[in-house]
Amino acid sequence: MEPFLKIEHFSCGYPGYFVLQDVAFEIKQGDFVGIIGPNGSGKTTLFKGISGELDALSGKGILNGKSIQKMNLKERAQNLAVVTQTIEAGNMTVEEYVLMGRFPYRRQFQFFETAEDIEIAQKYMKLTGVDCLKDKAMNALSGGEQQLAGIARALTQEPQLLLLDEPTSHLDITHQVQILNLIRRLSHELKLTILMIIHDLNLAGEYCDSLIMMENGTIRKVGDPLDVLNYEDIEAVYKTVVITRTNPISGKPVVFLVSEQVMEKKKI
Amino acid sequence: MISKGNSELFTMKNRYMKWILFSAALLLLLLISIAVSLLIGEVKISLFQLQEILNDHRSMAYMVLTKIRIPRLILAASVGGALSLSGAILQGIYRNPLVEPYTLGISGGAALGVSIAIVFGLNTISFLALPVFGFIGAIITLFLVYFLSLKKSGLSVNSMLLIGVMVSFVSSSAMMFMMSITTTDNVQNIVFWVMGSMDETNHVLIKIAFYSSLSGLFLAYFFAQPLNALRLGDAKARHLGINTNLTIRILFFLASLLTGIAVAVAGVIGFVGLVIPHLIRLVIGNDYRILLLGSFLGGAIFLILSDTLARTIISPNELPIGVITGFAGGIVFIAVLSRSKSHFKLN
Repeated sequence: MEPFLKIEHFSCGYPGYFVLQDVAFEIKQGDFVGIIGPNGSGKTTLFKGISGELDALSGKGILNGKSIQKMNLKERAQNLAVVTQTIEAGNMTVEEYVLMGRFPYRRQFQFFETAEDIEIAQKYMKLTGVDCLKDKAMNALSGGEQQLAGIARALTQEPQLLLLDEPTSHLDITHQVQILNLIRRLSHELKLTILMIIHDLNLAGEYCDSLIMMENGTIRKVGDPLDVLNYEDIEAVYKTVVITRTNPISGKPVVFLVSEQVMEKKKI
Repeated sequence: MISKGNSELFTMKNRYMKWILFSAALLLLLLISIAVSLLIGEVKISLFQLQEILNDHRSMAYMVLTKIRIPRLILAASVGGALSLSGAILQGIYRNPLVEPYTLGISGGAALGVSIAIVFGLNTISFLALPVFGFIGAIITLFLVYFLSLKKSGLSVNSMLLIGVMVSFVSSSAMMFMMSITTTDNVQNIVFWVMGSMDETNHVLIKIAFYSSLSGLFLAYFFAQPLNALRLGDAKARHLGINTNLTIRILFFLASLLTGIAVAVAGVIGFVGLVIPHLIRLVIGNDYRILLLGSFLGGAIFLILSDTLARTIISPNELPIGVITGFAGGIVFIAVLSRSKSHFKLN
């Protein structure tokens, strides 16, 4: 079977400052893939390249048989939705914000939302659980609720590929788990292909189907979380001593950190 | 399930209903201010006489109405609408609440153009010299700001703003230089022009102002939804399939041209473009689909009333309209802001 998302010899970035070199990977439809790597390893640059925000310097990304680089802005927004880390939507209501997800489907001189637009927005607000907040102002929501609204807006775009930039940063574990469970459900039930930047290695290992580990603008490793999250690779990439085990319930990899004092005491 | 969907539609219809009521209220206010400005003045006209006066083409009141008050009224409405509309648009594309048409240097350029015309005595040759030079000054500044802020990577909204402010400073310095080397008469002419006035008798100029501000409103509506997307920010609007570069460019030109025409015909009238869009935002929210129309009508009402005050308050003399807009606008704005529970928000 042809992969759903295929990134081939892809380079992009800011020549002279930071360039992503010759990146390549493939993702199947409905896969939930995490991108990990230290700060400055190129995760965000890769996202900007895939979403078309940065022009490709070479290579291309193919989504469901179509070149992402050749799509126009509108087409791209219909196929690929991005949820950013912070959502600064001011005092517009959640419903107004989620309805903006229908912009890519707006006809040239369309001025009002159609009944279908409202129905689709309502459907995804319900799915993400923000329908009870729909008349609240976006800036009155908590960080977790804002992320959920962001996901509802992205789903309202009815994309084939969902790009999430650290959806769980700044959230407590309740919201982290709530959001990641939701995302996992989306990928498995709606067959939505999802690419997510995530810093927390334990969450990445627990929830993602596979992981892409980045280092200095290249991909170091791609594969099953159990293969990627081993202490040799983590220590090499993050320059930090870690201990890895498996979660006794899920069988997924877990990464432990050890404080400096303890390490000195134990003479590791 | 179905009833839920219907109630959804219902809340949306409610919102549109609110917009319609709001527009109707503004139109009513506009009609009232038109009536007030036509009837009040040195020659008082009663509403009940109006029919009679309009039939009697030789009466004094008829002359006052058709030669003075109606042209002034149309000019005030057009200039007020244009300035307020450009304010709303510019605040939208710059995502900055302090931007108004004059922050971008357009008025500075226009004022410099007019000063040059006055200093070289061109205003004695033709009455069109001042508006034409004002407009040329505005256009030159517009292109200067635009091309200076054009970068290899595209258009930087922030540098556009900074360059606009700097160009504004440079042209006001150049204007002061012109004023310091010329005669007192010329200085007085420049100062009088800079303070702004609706006292324009040329019908062609009034027509230009009227039609351009109306077509500005019409064109702006093609970008109401892209402006809404820009409330999320440049990158996020692009994620929604909006061509933000094109939108920002077109709207920048549109707002600048509207300002240029308004300044060329009526002089520098501050505050309308800043205060009115904010007041409308406070009342009806930040959806540009209603904000554009609201700002336009609000600006028209505000300037009609300000002009009426300007010409009656120390009658038979006339105050510069900028004095009224500054005072009235500033005080109303501070009062509303300090009374409203919520903090002021642009988005």
